Amino acid sequence: MDLVSLFDLLGNNLALSIVVFFPLLGALALLLVPKANEAIIKLVSLGTSVFVFLVSLVMLYLFDFSKADTFQLGGKLSWIDSINSYYETGVDGISLPLLVLSTFITMLSIIYSLEHLPEPKNPKGLFALILILETGMNGTFVALDLILFFVFFELVLLPMYFMIGIWGDNKKISVSGIKREVETRLYASIKFFIFTLFGSAFMLLGFLGLYYRGGKTFSIPELIILGSNNAFTGTFATLVFAALFLGFAVKVPMWPLHTWLPDAHTAAPTVGSVILAAILLKLGSYGFVRIAIPILPQQAKEWAPAIAILAAIGIIYGSLACLAQTDLKRLIAFSSVGHMGFVMLGIATLTPIGINAAMIGMIAHGVITGLLFFLAGSMSHTYHTREISRLGGNMKLLPKTGAILAFTAMASLGLPGLAGFWGEFMALLGAFNPLPGLDLTVFRASMVAGAVGTVLTAGYLLWMLQRVNLGEPSEEWVDKDLHDADMYELAAWIPLVIFTVIIGIFPKLIFGATNDAVVSMLQVAFGG
Amino acid sequence: MVNNNLLLPQFFAEAKSFTDGGLLAEYAWTIVVLPFIAALAITFFGKKLPYGGAEIAVGSILFIFVYSFSLLILNITKGVVNEFYVQVGSIGKLSLEFGWVVDGLSIMMYFVVGTVSLLVFIYAVEYMKGEIRYTFFFTSLTLFAGSMLVLVSSPTLLQLLIGWELVGVCSYLLIGHYWEEKENSSAAMKAFITNKVADVGLMIGIIMLALSVGTFRISEILYSATHGNENISNIALIAGVLLFIGAMGKSAQFPLHVWLPDAMAGPTPVSALMHAATMVTAGVYLLARMFPFYEGVAAPARELVLLIGVLTLFFGGCLAIVQDDLKKVLAYSTVSQLGYMVTAIGAGAYTAGLLHLWTHAFFKALLFLGAGSVIHAVHSNNMSEMGGLKDVMPKTFKTFIIGTIALAGLPPLAGFFSKDEILASLSHEGYTLYFAVAAFGAFITSFYMTRAVIKTFFGEYRGDGHPHESEQLMTIPLIALSVLAVISGWVNIPGVYTGFTSWVGTRGIPIKEYHPESFDLVAMFSGLSAGVAGIAAAYLLYMKFGNAETGDQKIKIQPVWGILENKYYLDDFYMKGIVDPIKSSIAKAVNGFNSNVIDRFINNVALLMSFFGKIVYSNLDQDGIDKVVNSVSVGTENVGGQLKLIQTGRVQQYLSLFLSGVLVVSIIFFVLY
Repeated sequence: MDLVSLFDLLGNNLALSIVVFFPLLGALALLLVPKANEAIIKLVSLGTSVFVFLVSLVMLYLFDFSKADTFQLGGKLSWIDSINSYYETGVDGISLPLLVLSTFITMLSIIYSLEHLPEPKNPKGLFALILILETGMNGTFVALDLILFFVFFELVLLPMYFMIGIWGDNKKISVSGIKREVETRLYASIKFFIFTLFGSAFMLLGFLGLYYRGGKTFSIPELIILGSNNAFTGTFATLVFAALFLGFAVKVPMWPLHTWLPDAHTAAPTVGSVILAAILLKLGSYGFVRIAIPILPQQAKEWAPAIAILAAIGIIYGSLACLAQTDLKRLIAFSSVGHMGFVMLGIATLTPIGINAAMIGMIAHGVITGLLFFLAGSMSHTYHTREISRLGGNMKLLPKTGAILAFTAMASLGLPGLAGFWGEFMALLGAFNPLPGLDLTVFRASMVAGAVGTVLTAGYLLWMLQRVNLGEPSEEWVDKDLHDADMYELAAWIPLVIFTVIIGIFPKLIFGATNDAVVSMLQVAFGG
Repeated sequence: MVNNNLLLPQFFAEAKSFTDGGLLAEYAWTIVVLPFIAALAITFFGKKLPYGGAEIAVGSILFIFVYSFSLLILNITKGVVNEFYVQVGSIGKLSLEFGWVVDGLSIMMYFVVGTVSLLVFIYAVEYMKGEIRYTFFFTSLTLFAGSMLVLVSSPTLLQLLIGWELVGVCSYLLIGHYWEEKENSSAAMKAFITNKVADVGLMIGIIMLALSVGTFRISEILYSATHGNENISNIALIAGVLLFIGAMGKSAQFPLHVWLPDAMAGPTPVSALMHAATMVTAGVYLLARMFPFYEGVAAPARELVLLIGVLTLFFGGCLAIVQDDLKKVLAYSTVSQLGYMVTAIGAGAYTAGLLHLWTHAFFKALLFLGAGSVIHAVHSNNMSEMGGLKDVMPKTFKTFIIGTIALAGLPPLAGFFSKDEILASLSHEGYTLYFAVAAFGAFITSFYMTRAVIKTFFGEYRGDGHPHESEQLMTIPLIALSVLAVISGWVNIPGVYTGFTSWVGTRGIPIKEYHPESFDLVAMFSGLSAGVAGIAAAYLLYMKFGNAETGDQKIKIQPVWGILENKYYLDDFYMKGIVDPIKSSIAKAVNGFNSNVIDRFINNVALLMSFFGKIVYSNLDQDGIDKVVNSVSVGTENVGGQLKLIQTGRVQQYLSLFLSGVLVVSIIFFVLY
């Protein structure tokens, strides 16, 4: 077969299906490898994730950016005929960057895990779960059928649940309201599971509502057209939006549905936290942009001020909570509440500026917070503690890790010139002039709150740096043999550092894909 | 990819003759990009080089100096106005652009940055010898030079914001250079956070301006502002105030000046370059860049600018009087002089403000480097441990005296011309009270400088060891700067040569400021007599009747002295009134709310559900939903092997409960609709 026809084939649903299902095949292959044969297990996992990443790059090549507002590289195959649900897939400028982010982060997580397996080791299990997770994440970003979307959306739940439950932190903690002490990972994994399930139950309900009202179709593109023609109105539509809101908002997570997140992140093994922060949270915000807003535009408009207020609360609340944390991972976890607040503030504006801001904010948060969790994970592995008060002088003890931590903290506080800036600044820009008809006072107040949030964000990150990175190392560590970042860690981290700088300097890399798609999505939804 | 501004000729139709600068303007981006490449090179190869990477730093700055000098010459002879844009993205209809401006104002700044950087870098090679993190120091310093050029070369508010915050980070890195001491890293944090607070204003101001005109391009915003665009005149006052709040942070205006004295924790070359000559003038630069906006539609906001400027020049100057730390005297002096610049802009005197920026950059860098030379010799910042150094450090002494006279505003040195221009403008615009305060400020200025000179160089040596003159690498920059401290004011001598006005005024959109064509005798007499009186008073108090042993004088009139020593209690107020409550009380309350209210509720619901779950579970069909869940769990048990640890059975209960719950709710839902 020559190259041209190979690309034709890839462009015609094949590349996309490889990206979605090849990880699952890899996971199945792993099951056939004997547990003791770790080298083969690692090779298969690494090979799978690298291959999938490369295919996603091929998709970037095949994707026609001049038509970024149309669904490409996918197709529609019959699936569950009885309920009129199809295997309908495709990517546009909104989903493609997230898809590539997902394959990228998964690959880096596997590279990192080659040498840094959390207790109780068992690479076979861990890698299989990561690969199943990848299928779920990639599938969610390409699904254009609500049932398909739901299946993938739920598919990520179990692997993550087991990852936290098995490889998580087994320290006993006491939680408010429960008398006896519970194991961190047990509490966190169940909480994560229940919260998400709670949200998705409502989401499914919303999907079913759309299905019946929309003339029995689960097709997202069809529902979008119906939605823009006001097929969904009245209390029914408001309730459906509420149901979708719950499903997506839990995942983001938006205040006050966020409390599963700090526990899950703190308990999860390093790669678990990384994938959770970098990709899983985006499933929620992506859901808003892909499903809730275009299908129910008028309801989105009704709900937008409420979302903006919750987002603003999330920004301030998350940053304040960060200031009170004594555990490094928990601090980073809470920072996600604030950062995702900016993403949601951008989405709530329902403007091209705001939603583009949200898109780049998602990517930036994925890269930056993913990296922060890598670093925090490695450090807690080296120091056997995450207590900020016991750390200090990290720059002296682990200079490479320390330098990257300082860089990443700067990126996380939204330093211009690095990736985090665009999401933050553009979200505020969008909030100043939301979609005409939205309450200006609410949005401008949210903008001011968000701007104040940037100060608090700088505050807790710099304070963290001062306590963890700077100063003289305490006696405790002086004679200890501490290992700075090794090759595997650097191989996972350096690409993220480079990516952070590149997006920071040249945001067109993201906006070039998202802008047309976002503008046309909003045009269909709100006209004008 | 690179675009010229196609509307440019239209913008500048009213302007005087100018050229587009040719290739020199077109390639001006090289001076902005070079420092970043140099910083990378220093990071990767610096430690292997004989001078630890300093040679790369100095080399790149030398290029910038030569390039900016060529631009300056071109600008003086022909006048240059041009701007270039590179699009880095677009969202909605808003274009995100970077680029570079080559016009009088930016060329003046390039030259200041290039010249002072070059001299400070050379000085630092010797000054920092043997210090910890030598190579990283030069990386940060080079990064700073690049960031400052990003800021002053910016044709868009977006790039300006980026440069603005990048210099802030470099400042953070360099103030906290000796981060082993908590005090230093705290000072670095304080600088960053204080600026971040101010940046809230800047950010929102930029957002308002950009959205009202639909572009980040400064020239288009200014064009709209001066051509009756209603969108912009509606928000002009608020946007003007917000931008100024940003400027107050960077340019250390009262009451946001508190970070600058603490920033003296950084090595002295850093203080000279960033915290005196260049970075802190960014606020003044912003006001100057936006001057047509402030002169026209945002004129009411200038009342605030003027007030804050005058307050700053007075209150900052007073604090310099009570300091024992030589660098802090200079730091508060910088606060005060920045106040003069802001006052000038506030009074509508564009040229006067920039002239003071220009002269101050040279003589204040000189004074800081001189102070560094002294500190290097006596190993202390405190003037109580100095004294009598004029004989052992003659070069440092002579150059420091030149800097002092320039700052005190005595002719024919640089400060005289710039300060006189400010006073003349205040007098001409009829701000009598402000004029009086500014003239009195001249008295304060020469008083604290004379005090510092006497305590440092005269009397008996009060410290330990045997101080001696610094190496040539340090004294040559001192001499070069003292030449500039003498002559840099001669670019604007009323009635003789006033070229500076056109150097910085080529921006096209004409500025209708008052510009004195001859000396204002009242202003000149007031300024001069205040300066001389200040010197005389300090001479009498500290030299004639001073205590030779402590170099001190009993003028500590309470409660004034106490208030000054406590810095008007502003720091206490910020820490105890704002930072501590947020850090301890509010943050802990939020965290407590999270775990004791939200989570307690969740946990209780979970317990309750688990209780109901047990009842439901025992009654549910075991072959139904549970079987699926169990088979999944069993399957994964084989994978994980450790599942037993978490097999409490609870998840299955929850799952079944939820799915049945969903079923019930769905039924209700569809029955209703």
